Amino acid sequence: MTPPPIVVRVKQKRIAELLSSGKRLDGRGLTDYRGIQVEVGVIERAEGSARVRLGKTEVMAGIKIETGEPFSDVPNEGVLTVNAELVPLASPTFEPGPPDENSIELARIVDRGVRESKAIELEKLCIEPGKKVFVVFVDVYVLNHDGNLIDASGIAALAALLNTKMFKYEIEEGEIKIKPGYTSLPIRNYPIAVTFAKINDKLIADPWLEEEQVMDARLTMTLDKDGKICAIQKGGYGYFTTQQIVEAAKIAREKTEELRKIVVKG
Amino acid sequence: MLQKKPEKLIGKDDIRIDGRKLNELRPAKIEVGILGNADGSAYIEQGKNKILAAVYGPKEVHPRHLALPDRAVLRCRYHMAPFSVDERKSPAPSRREIELSKVIREALEPSIFVEYYPRTSIDIFIEVLQADGGTRCAGITTASLALADAGIPMRDLVVACAAGKVEGRLVLDLMDAEDKVGEADLPLALMPNLNAVTLLQMDGSLTIEEFEKVINLAVEGCKQLYTLQKEALKSKYVTVKEAVKEVVEE
Repeated sequence: MTPPPIVVRVKQKRIAELLSSGKRLDGRGLTDYRGIQVEVGVIERAEGSARVRLGKTEVMAGIKIETGEPFSDVPNEGVLTVNAELVPLASPTFEPGPPDENSIELARIVDRGVRESKAIELEKLCIEPGKKVFVVFVDVYVLNHDGNLIDASGIAALAALLNTKMFKYEIEEGEIKIKPGYTSLPIRNYPIAVTFAKINDKLIADPWLEEEQVMDARLTMTLDKDGKICAIQKGGYGYFTTQQIVEAAKIAREKTEELRKIVVKG
Repeated sequence: MLQKKPEKLIGKDDIRIDGRKLNELRPAKIEVGILGNADGSAYIEQGKNKILAAVYGPKEVHPRHLALPDRAVLRCRYHMAPFSVDERKSPAPSRREIELSKVIREALEPSIFVEYYPRTSIDIFIEVLQADGGTRCAGITTASLALADAGIPMRDLVVACAAGKVEGRLVLDLMDAEDKVGEADLPLALMPNLNAVTLLQMDGSLTIEEFEKVINLAVEGCKQLYTLQKEALKSKYVTVKEAVKEVVEE
């Protein structure tokens, strides 16, 4: 849901004017991010959790681990499931009910980043090939919507995965026997998403709500720890030129390195 | 019908399992205006893909509260038939189909003068009858023709094609087998006359340098398909013209 068209047009004009002189409404440079705070282990009942604040945007991610059946084409691998909830308390435009296309898209972008970068060593989560594996549930919970939910959710998911502790176990006759102590979830890669908005042919990183409401199009690039692109998603009703896309990829490479340092310590 | 997977997808001399070169599109057959009830329709066979698209509208919006005061509402449903894939697909829309419906709508909307038709809706239906990789792209190519066939004013046709990386090689127009085991898949939709990319997705792993090459490969593929797309649209009117001529001569 967007505000009435007339409001959008007035805002669009103002934001576009500022952008043409290299400025943004909140004083940031074109590729600057808002302040990011990451807090981990905020939910004790979850195996892993994180709360991320990106400016006024707030997203929580919780990890639950259960056992289940593997997919038939990868019988030796654990299963990753990502879900996102646009919780009604986060914005007047979010409504209760089954996930709509926006929350499904958000979940699938986060999913693709984690999956395609092979961030979780899923092959280590197999209990009995073809029969029993660990299922990692990543649930993204949007608490306050002030724009760029994708990047905030991606960071929250990664931080929560890095925070995840699994109980130690032994397998006896196909049954899991829990041993004392915990290990961390095996993680080998750190995907980070960078989202751009295009407003009047200018690319800006980390759009906040006012900018999202007037943007022509959106482009998210997720890069792994080696600077390789592992997922891309374009959204919105506008378009990008191929030059803009290549330019965005170069900016994304720098930005993801900066952002990764905030999430992955040491 | 399940088929055995080949061991290698790219053989000697860079020939792919279906005999194509690395930068070659699958043969495509496109028809326009083939459904009686729809305001516009089109059909594509691209490799083993068989996809139908239909457009209804501009028409009154139901439910009415969805109407917009300054432009038409574009709605899109991408759907796969239960028999379109090896293992029967439930006909209920999956999360993948919901996401694709959204990105396809956003790929087509930049081409349409939606502001010409306030308070109306334009509904696009894409039915994948048989799938063999790259269905979102073939769906866009087809739906854009259906929009044109419905007489809706457009800035350009939208044409889509994927490129990616398979067994270390950069390839155009991936089929299902290549997409499944390949290292990267990048679907791209383009309005060729405006150099406007209206859909871009990717999954897999590509360096920035490879990414730039894959984009260019996909753009080249789109441009080739664009020629076929325009021919298909024109040929409908050639047929109509001939039919009229026959009637007149009688």
